[in-house]
Amino acid sequence: MIQAPTGDRSRLWKLWPLVPISAALIFTSALLLLFDASPAEAYRAMWDGSFGGQDKILSVLAFWVPLLLASAGLVITFTAGLWNIGVEGQIILGAICASWVALNVNAPSGVLIPLEIVAAMVGGALWGGLSAVLKTRGKVNEIFSGLALNNLAIILTNYLISGPWQPPEGGSFRGTTPFQDAALWPRLLDSRFSPLSLLLAVAALVAVYFVLRGTTWGLKLKALGKNPYSAYLLGVSSERETILAMMFCGALAGLGGAVRVLSWFDSLRQSISGGIGFLALLIVMLAGYRILWVPLIAFFFSVVLNGSITLQLKTQLHSALGGILTGVMVLFVLLFGSARQLGLGGTQASAGGAPGTDLPDVTPADAITTDIPGGD
Amino acid sequence: MENAQLIAVLASIILQASPLIIAVCGEILTERSGVVNLSLDGTMLMAAMTAFVVGLKTDNIWLGFAAAAVIGAIFAAIVALGSIRLGQSQVAVGFVLALLGDDLSAFLGQNYTRMRGVSVPHYGIPVLKDIPVVGPILFDHDVVVYFAMALIVVTWWWLNRTQPGLKLRGSGERPTAAFARGVDVNRLRYLYTILGGALVGIAGAAFSLDVKIGWSDGHIRGTGWIALAIVIFGGWSPIRGAFGALLFGATKALATVLQRAFPEVSVVAFNSIPWILMILVLLAVGSDYTERFINAMPRGWQRPLRRVLRVSPPMALGTPFHEG
Repeated sequence: MIQAPTGDRSRLWKLWPLVPISAALIFTSALLLLFDASPAEAYRAMWDGSFGGQDKILSVLAFWVPLLLASAGLVITFTAGLWNIGVEGQIILGAICASWVALNVNAPSGVLIPLEIVAAMVGGALWGGLSAVLKTRGKVNEIFSGLALNNLAIILTNYLISGPWQPPEGGSFRGTTPFQDAALWPRLLDSRFSPLSLLLAVAALVAVYFVLRGTTWGLKLKALGKNPYSAYLLGVSSERETILAMMFCGALAGLGGAVRVLSWFDSLRQSISGGIGFLALLIVMLAGYRILWVPLIAFFFSVVLNGSITLQLKTQLHSALGGILTGVMVLFVLLFGSARQLGLGGTQASAGGAPGTDLPDVTPADAITTDIPGGD
Repeated sequence: MENAQLIAVLASIILQASPLIIAVCGEILTERSGVVNLSLDGTMLMAAMTAFVVGLKTDNIWLGFAAAAVIGAIFAAIVALGSIRLGQSQVAVGFVLALLGDDLSAFLGQNYTRMRGVSVPHYGIPVLKDIPVVGPILFDHDVVVYFAMALIVVTWWWLNRTQPGLKLRGSGERPTAAFARGVDVNRLRYLYTILGGALVGIAGAAFSLDVKIGWSDGHIRGTGWIALAIVIFGGWSPIRGAFGALLFGATKALATVLQRAFPEVSVVAFNSIPWILMILVLLAVGSDYTERFINAMPRGWQRPLRRVLRVSPPMALGTPFHEG
C-alpha cells in the first residue's frame, strides 16, 4: 500500500524525528517522578554534564569517537545481514592488544602509536573473524558466539589486570599502571579527547561510505544481506564475505578500543568498553543502517550518556537513565519507524532514521531463520 | 560422608537449574509457535527485580511471582506486537528489549540492592523425600523445583500429545498449511509468545526469590542468553532442554568443587566455563564436522547418534505470517 506523498503528509514527516524523542523523554520523566526527582532538574544536570564547560564538551567528543568507529564497522556487518553482537568483545580485544604494545614496546611516539593502531585493529579483526568462522564453519549463530566472546573478552581483561599486568604495588582489581607517556595519544587541553582519534574515525566513516557506495565488495555485501540465496546463485561467496565483513567491523571496533585505553584512560581498566559496543548497535539501528546518519545519532548518544554520568554524581540517581532514554527511543523507532505500515507515511525517505523502503531492516530476521544451527 | 556430599551437590545442581528450566520451557513454547523472543536477558532481570521488590513490600512471595509473570508477559507482548502486527524484525526488537530491561532494572531497583527479602519456602514431599539417595536429590526442595519438574512434563505433553499442541507446532512449522486447516496462526503466536514470556518472568522471580536471593545491579545478567542457547542445544524439546539446563548447572557445580580443590588455578578459568560451554554445545549440534563424524560411524549407530547430536529448528521460526 504505497501511496503517493501528499503535501500535508510530507510536512508531517519532517516532524517525525520529534516523536520518538518526545516518547523517550516522557517515559524517562515518568521514571524520574516515580523517584520524586524533578525531570527539569535532572535534564538540566544532564545538559550541564555535556555542555557545561570546555572540559565537558571535550569529554563528549572523546566518548563520541569510539562510538563512531564501532558504528561505522557495524554498518558493514548489518549490510551483510549479520548481527554482530560481538562488537563489544572486539572493542575489548583491541584495547587489550593496544595495551600490550604500550606495555611491552619501547619506542618514540612516532613508532609506538602506529604500532598500537595496527595491533588494536588486528586484535579486533581476529576476534570478529573468530565469530565469523564459528558461523560459517560451525553453524553457530553470530549472536551467541558474539555474546560468549564478549564475556570471554571481559574475563580475559580481568585476568590480565589482576594477574600478569597487575601494577607492581599489588592487588588493585581496577586497572594496570598508567602507560609510558610516549604510548599515550596527544590529547587536547589536558582532556580525554585526542584529535588524532577523531581523524581516524572520520577516515573510517568515509571509507565505509565509499565501500558501500562505489565498490564491488559493497555490492556483494548488500546482495548477501538482502537475499543470501540469490547472492549465492550470483557467485557471491557467503563464507568469504561474512568473514571479511566481520573482520572489517572488528578492526574498526578494535581501533575504538585503542582510543579507550590510550586517550580516554591511560591504562587498561576493568570495564574498558563498558557497553560502547551495545550503544553502537543501537546507534546503527536508529540510523536505519545508513552511515550518513551515524555521526549525528552517535553524537546525541554521547551527550546523553555523558550527561547521565553527571546526573548520577549530582543527584545520586542511577546513570542507567541515559541507557533507558536511548533504548526507549530505539524501541519506538523500531516498532513504529516504518509508519507506512500504520498507513501514515508516503514513499519519501523519512528523516529520523525510520527504515525506508529498500533498507536491510528485514535481513536480520531472515538471517536468524537461515542460520540457526542444524537447519537441515 | 562422601556420599552425603555427593547427594548435596546433585541436589544443588537441580536447584540451580530449575529457573533455567522454567525459562527454557517458556521460550520453547514461544519458538515452537514461530516467534523468537530474544529479550530474555532483559526480561529476566526486570522480572527478578520486580519480584524481589514486590515480595519485600507486600511480604508475599506469590505476589512477587505474579508481578514477575506480568512483566514477562508485557515484554513478550511488545515482541509479538512488533513482529506480528507491525511487521518489524523480531531480533531487533528483542535485542533492544534485552538491553532496555537491563537498564530499567538497574534504575528501578537502585534503592533495593543488597537487602534481605522474602524467599520461597522449603517443602520436602512427605514419604518421597525419605527414599534413600533419590529422595534428598529430587524430593526435598523448594516449590520452585517441583514447578520446574512439572513444567517439563506438561510442556512436553502439551506439545506432543494434545490437539492445541499440534496447532501450536503447525504454526511454527508450516503456518500456511495450519492456516488452511483453520488455525488462527497469528492469534496462536500472540498467545504463546505472551505465555512463554510470563514463564520467563517466573524464571526471573525464581532467581531473586529462591536460587539467588536478593537484588543487585545486573543480578543475573547473562542468564537469559544462556537460556536461549539451551533452547537451541535442546533442539526445541522440553526434555532435552531440561537436560541442557542440568548440564550447565552441573558444569557450574563441578567448577565450584574444582576451584575449592585447586585454589591456585585462577578464578578466571572457572568464570569462562559457561561461555566456552555455550560455544561448544552450539558447535556440537550445528557444525558440519558433527555430520561428518556421524557418517564415519557404523551404520547402525548413525540414526541414534543423529538423534542425539543434531537438532533442527521449527521451519517457520522468526518468519512473519500473512493471511491469504
